Amino acid sequence: MAARPEVRREPWKDPQAQAYIRIENVTKKFGEFVAVSDVSLSIYQGEIFCLLGGSGCGKTTLLRMLAGFETPTSGRIFIDGQDMAGVPPYKRPVNMMFQSYALFPHMTVEQNVAFGLKQDGVAKDEIAERVNSMLSMVKLDQFLKRKPHQLSGGQRQRVALARSLIKRPKLLLLDEPLGALDKKLREHTQFELVNIQEKLGVTFVVVTHDQEEAMTLASRIGVMNHGRIVQVGTPHEIYEFPGTRFVSEFIGNVNIFEGRIMADEPDHVTIESRELGAPIYVGHGVSTAPDATVWAAVRPEKIMITRDEPNAPLGVPPAMLARDGDFNRAQGVIKEIAYMGDTSIYIVLLDSGKQLRVTQPNSHRHADSPLTWEERVWISWHESSAVVVTE
Amino acid sequence: MAQLLRRLGITGRTAVIAVPWVWLLLFFLIPFIIVLKISFADTRLGVPPYTPLLEWGQDGYVNFKMNVANYLFILKESLYLEAFLSSLKVAAVSTILCLLIGYPMAYGIARSDASWRNILLLLIILPFWTSFLVRVYAWIGLLRNNGLINNVLMGLHIIDEPIVMMQTDFAMYIGIVYSYLPFMILPLYSNLEKHDNTLLEAAVDLGATPFRAFLKITLPLSMPGIIAGSMLVFIPAVGEFVIPRLLGGPDSLMIGRVLWDEFFLNRNWPMASAVAIALLLVLVIPIMVFQRFQEQESSGAHR
Repeated sequence: MAARPEVRREPWKDPQAQAYIRIENVTKKFGEFVAVSDVSLSIYQGEIFCLLGGSGCGKTTLLRMLAGFETPTSGRIFIDGQDMAGVPPYKRPVNMMFQSYALFPHMTVEQNVAFGLKQDGVAKDEIAERVNSMLSMVKLDQFLKRKPHQLSGGQRQRVALARSLIKRPKLLLLDEPLGALDKKLREHTQFELVNIQEKLGVTFVVVTHDQEEAMTLASRIGVMNHGRIVQVGTPHEIYEFPGTRFVSEFIGNVNIFEGRIMADEPDHVTIESRELGAPIYVGHGVSTAPDATVWAAVRPEKIMITRDEPNAPLGVPPAMLARDGDFNRAQGVIKEIAYMGDTSIYIVLLDSGKQLRVTQPNSHRHADSPLTWEERVWISWHESSAVVVTE
Repeated sequence: MAQLLRRLGITGRTAVIAVPWVWLLLFFLIPFIIVLKISFADTRLGVPPYTPLLEWGQDGYVNFKMNVANYLFILKESLYLEAFLSSLKVAAVSTILCLLIGYPMAYGIARSDASWRNILLLLIILPFWTSFLVRVYAWIGLLRNNGLINNVLMGLHIIDEPIVMMQTDFAMYIGIVYSYLPFMILPLYSNLEKHDNTLLEAAVDLGATPFRAFLKITLPLSMPGIIAGSMLVFIPAVGEFVIPRLLGGPDSLMIGRVLWDEFFLNRNWPMASAVAIALLLVLVIPIMVFQRFQEQESSGAHR
């Protein structure tokens, strides 16, 4: 959990750090279909790295190549400095937790967890001891003699986790680890997973299609699309500074304005946008050709919605306001309101014809005169709120 | 009409359930009772060739005569015991041979490409399109001294003298294994085809070599298929008559053959019936074991 940022190391920023997993230009083709296309990636020890993407984006294929169930068509994979080419799955220092859990139905919980140690010829006493301590860690010591079909979904998930951790792998691969759990249990299990990961110091590579799961679990996220890694970054970077439209739309909700670069300075750009009906001021520089078509992305929660005309958007230099008029604001009509409890979602139809999604926290229990349907409102945002994304 | 039926307790549901029960009653239970009755009778000349159990006495009494000598004779006469034992042995060996040949075939079909599977299954079932007897006679054509196999081998000068294969145990086993192999393969296939491949991946991921993964995962999980297939081969093979008669040697002692001889050579219907009942008892035991196993399976290990 990102609750303790001070203890989080960021080895990917350290040029001296040795990558634990190095994926070099890996491509995997199934016949004509390219499942994974020229992926290069470094993952460091102790990370929880999430591969995030929609179905068929190649994330599971990449994971299966790490486990050794698929061999890359080209490119190389190193784990702990060792080239994995030709190393069969049963010889890799890697264990995997399967999406379906793949528990052996004819074995008890105890036998399932002990399976990996038995294959290594570990002594009986030690097996019993390690299985017991592992099962008490995942709080399943009551269920030693049960068969998988006598367990609930959450218990099965923990058996699968215990079974994949029993050999103390340096690297654990998790395929949609929380996919089969209901929402309440998922949240609880997410925290548990992170706790276990910190306790054992295992490197996790997690495949998921669920952006929320990725955001809460990951130290870094690799967003995949059509077999390629589109962006790698911390959850914060991915959410706040998406590089492309795909990333910004895949993770969270976003309003995207198409526009043309008017001025491109080192510390800001201004974009002319017919979709907003006013120029957009973005407080970071980009490097695109002038006149190029770009997209400005603004998260719904970063847009303010007011009945009265807002003051000049914060952060935009007054001199520019005087020269170019309004930035980052427009007028529109509220078309939809969805009350979510903690927040409300407003769909605003701008005068330009563009529909906008705005979320506002419901910080007061009774607003004096709440905004209502068909009301004319102003929307505006701070200069640092928008980011420029490419196609 | 519908109301009348309902008042009698006959609804659509009971009518559907009644069909198999009526079938079993007519074609299994009643014939069984008749055979059981004959087995307790005594032989006599006439039609039918056995004495009735119940008879009106001259004095107005009903005479009930039950002859248990047939059963005692089966226990006393070593011929029957030997025939039983040799039938069980032949059936057991055939079952094991079918399993050894059938398992890899079923496994191969279950693992093959989906588009191939139906074609391969069709090839397994294909022999059924020809009559069983015709296929056994075809084996005579292949195996006899001037049959196809011996002719080819002699033509190639691999052997000078024909190998005697007909009327041997070898030919009998070939016939039985050949005829019953599909009954082994089909239940095995339907079990193996349902196996989840990720279980094997999980086992390999945990350090098992593919062969160990097969031994620890696939084999135990296919146990219901192995048992079902073995039952389907073993039970009919015990009572098999045609194949030992046509392909086996004259000294091959099978209980089916003893039964035939009692009926048609000795015309001793009560004795033959007693042998049939005894055979049934011998076979009911493995069936009950099988049932027990299936109950455990459905209440326990299987998901």
